[in-house]
Amino acid sequence: MQQSRPIAERAWVTIVWVLTGFFVVNLLAMIGTVVTSSFATRWLGTWLPAGWTPKWYISAWDEFQLDDLLIVTFEVVFAVVALSALLGIPAAYALARREFPGKKLVMLLFLLPLLVPPVTYGIPLATVLYKSGLGGTMSGVIAANLVPAVPFVILVMIPFIEQIDPKIEAAARVFGASTFRLFVHVLVPLLLPGALAALLLVLVRTIAMFELTFLTAGPGSQTLVVALYYAVFAAGVRAVQSVDAMAVVYMLTTLVWLIVALRFVNPTQMVTRAKQQQH
Amino acid sequence: MATSLQTFKTLRLDHLGRDFGRLNALKDLTFSVERGEFVALLGPSGCGKSTALNCIAGLLPTTRGSIWLDDTRIDTLGAEDRGFGMVFQNYALFPHMSVRDNIGFGLRMRGVPRSEAKTRIDAAVATVRLEQQVDKLPGQLSGGQQQRVAIARAIVIEPPLVLMDEPLSNLDAKLRLEMRQEIRRIHAGLGSITLYVTHDQDEAMSLADRIVVMRDGEVRQIGTPEDLYLRPATLDVADFMGFRNRIPGRITGRAGDTVTLDVGGTSLSGLPRAALAGTSAIAAIRPDDLQAAPSGLAATVEVCEYRGHNFFGSARGPGGVELFFRSGHRLKTGEPVTLAADPSRVLVFDGETA
Amino acid sequence: MSVGDTPPPPLRLRLASHGLDAVTLLVLPAAALLVALFVYPFFYGLWLSLHPKDGSIFGNYVKFFSDPFLYETIGKTLWLAVPVTVLNLVAAIPIAFRVRRMRNQRLLTTILVLPITLGTVLVAEGMLNYFGPQGWFNRTVMTLGLSATPLKLVHNYTGVFLSLVITGFPFTFLLVLSYLTGIDPVLEQAASTLGAKASSRFRHILLPLLVPGLGVTFCLGFVQAFSVFPSAVLLGAPAGPTRVISIAAYEAAFEQYDYSLASAIAMVMAAVLLAVIVAVMSLRGLFYRGPASGGKG
Repeated sequence: MQQSRPIAERAWVTIVWVLTGFFVVNLLAMIGTVVTSSFATRWLGTWLPAGWTPKWYISAWDEFQLDDLLIVTFEVVFAVVALSALLGIPAAYALARREFPGKKLVMLLFLLPLLVPPVTYGIPLATVLYKSGLGGTMSGVIAANLVPAVPFVILVMIPFIEQIDPKIEAAARVFGASTFRLFVHVLVPLLLPGALAALLLVLVRTIAMFELTFLTAGPGSQTLVVALYYAVFAAGVRAVQSVDAMAVVYMLTTLVWLIVALRFVNPTQMVTRAKQQQH
Repeated sequence: MATSLQTFKTLRLDHLGRDFGRLNALKDLTFSVERGEFVALLGPSGCGKSTALNCIAGLLPTTRGSIWLDDTRIDTLGAEDRGFGMVFQNYALFPHMSVRDNIGFGLRMRGVPRSEAKTRIDAAVATVRLEQQVDKLPGQLSGGQQQRVAIARAIVIEPPLVLMDEPLSNLDAKLRLEMRQEIRRIHAGLGSITLYVTHDQDEAMSLADRIVVMRDGEVRQIGTPEDLYLRPATLDVADFMGFRNRIPGRITGRAGDTVTLDVGGTSLSGLPRAALAGTSAIAAIRPDDLQAAPSGLAATVEVCEYRGHNFFGSARGPGGVELFFRSGHRLKTGEPVTLAADPSRVLVFDGETA
Repeated sequence: MSVGDTPPPPLRLRLASHGLDAVTLLVLPAAALLVALFVYPFFYGLWLSLHPKDGSIFGNYVKFFSDPFLYETIGKTLWLAVPVTVLNLVAAIPIAFRVRRMRNQRLLTTILVLPITLGTVLVAEGMLNYFGPQGWFNRTVMTLGLSATPLKLVHNYTGVFLSLVITGFPFTFLLVLSYLTGIDPVLEQAASTLGAKASSRFRHILLPLLVPGLGVTFCLGFVQAFSVFPSAVLLGAPAGPTRVISIAAYEAAFEQYDYSLASAIAMVMAAVLLAVIVAVMSLRGLFYRGPASGGKG
């Protein structure tokens, strides 16, 4: 099949790789720019900065109160992860194991929040949250972030649960396991790898979720990404390097979890959540 | 398609080899097939038989050796230029095309005129008896019907060589028997070469004119089904051909064609296969041929079960060797029995190399 | 014994035979949450949009479609979202075809998942530096002599466009790749044994099987691009050519505190998205949809 390659095909392959390479190089250089700038003393009109310093991290830490921001961010993120596991995994189990009237409608309910962009449903949601007094509070931010997180967990877990043979559960029942023991000794160990993957992805996505948090957060409930937006938005007020230092801190918080997540999931899984449901 | 490919007489594989990284999936395959022959490649999974078929089809580049049709070397051609027909294990029907379009795909690729294509498709559909299903999609067909479409698609292009990769392994037992007859009938009608990969020796025996037994990427024996059944060349092949009893012994004497072994004090005679170098040897006997007799190997019955017509069982023989035997009546567990076989049904292999 | 003699089974068993039992109830908490936080706000927003400050039912919609500052946002957003989505898709297909054959896809897919993970805000921040007049990109362009003056790549249409490529292309690519690897490679092998050259295999086998997936990919990519928000503000000209519809909605809600108008804009946004998705999906309905494998597994 591939013994001989005509010149046209080789040219084609070359073009494809050059374009991909161009994209990747620019992507990495763009990230590199932020990192370089965050360590720069002065960087104007040259390839590299005049000198190197870590001082921007210290000043960014104070200026943006990064410690508070990080605490808020992780409180929000871990609350979202825990709640979406608590709500999402049982729901996914029910949807994977049972056929019931109205199941298609329920599936649609879980699919829509992933298809509709956050800005679209975020504005009515923020309005409702503000009316009910949750707007601007930590609970409000957590509630808003649950809207895409719970369906995400469900849609990742359904195919995973489906591929666990129901006979295993039946066997445990036959051997006399109560519902509780079935859950602890059979289901939890079987579900753990899938749940871990789903929850790590929720974690990464929630850290990076800008729109919903932006629309619902108040001064005390901002996460890192929203604070970063305001810092970039108000560029000129603070030194560029300081904003860049903050961006690097944000990048690190996301990348750490991304690297952990990549140990358990394939990168393509991070975007294909809704795919299985399309047919 | 070059006419030389259509009218050739012999397919020849010359020291064919294929590596996957450091793994020699196919070590050295050399044999030739005459036009009209049905040849089965038989072996356990991982023996390299599918690798060989894919190399011949052009789906895998070869690492060593060459493939010839008479005097034309074909291993340098792409799969699309060889013009062979192939039936895949999972059928590989195009799910978005109707049965008719699936079968007609090869003709379309060859630019066969529409009217001629229609006649040929209709003929192929009739051959596999699918007249009622031509407008359906493959997903609407049963496994057996899908199988027939896959065969029709491969033969409609009138290929000089039809390759089949375990085509019946996904069918149930009854359908498998029916399809065997169909395949044999279609092969006879085509008059081309059929190369058939399987791990089922029953299937290979009933279908093929000749069988190539493979193991660990190598050919162990090539022969007619009768050859293999009666005269397996090695212990491996014997094992594969149903010689379940492997009884180790010491050579004590030779007389004419037969050789006599000492098995735990009892003597056992058989026909030697290949040269017997040392004094230790292994006798191979089918369960069918080992029966209770007035004298023979003393053993204790462990299991005896009814299989319609006869009883088959296992027993513990001299030195703890497990013996599988046939019996005309039921034997009780723990009952002593003496087992013997006709010397012409006992094959003796070298004990050192086995 | 006739059927009438047997007492009806208890309600619990009758419900269970329809698939309603304790396990099914596990779906309720999650469903309730989404009804409260997704469905209800949507209908509340719809209701709110029909009750504008001036009291007329369709006042907001009339206002939206009569004020060029508002209705032009639809065109501006489409003018960004459609070309970007098409470009990403067109670029993703050949690259996915190449990468499918690669043994070590993981490195590339990991690099490409970076911009998706980092999110639009960080990409915008990086682009401001990198594509700015003093940035490495313009420096390289000028050093190579491709341009005498720095290219203006940020704070305009181009900036937003590029940001949508940077976050959108990897997404599109990974989706296309996963659809492509879902097509059983044995189908292509079968086609090649039947005499199909690479171009025919693409046209007759791979493309028809890929089209439904491409439809879904287009929709998901389009939805993302259409709702572009932070990068349109940070990298674009939010008062001019990149005043996209989400900026208009945001301004109405959080700068003018006119939640009714903001809801109306969100509804218009949803309607445009829905229209495009329905159009693409009905086109997709013309093609074969189903498992892309060649038979019983």
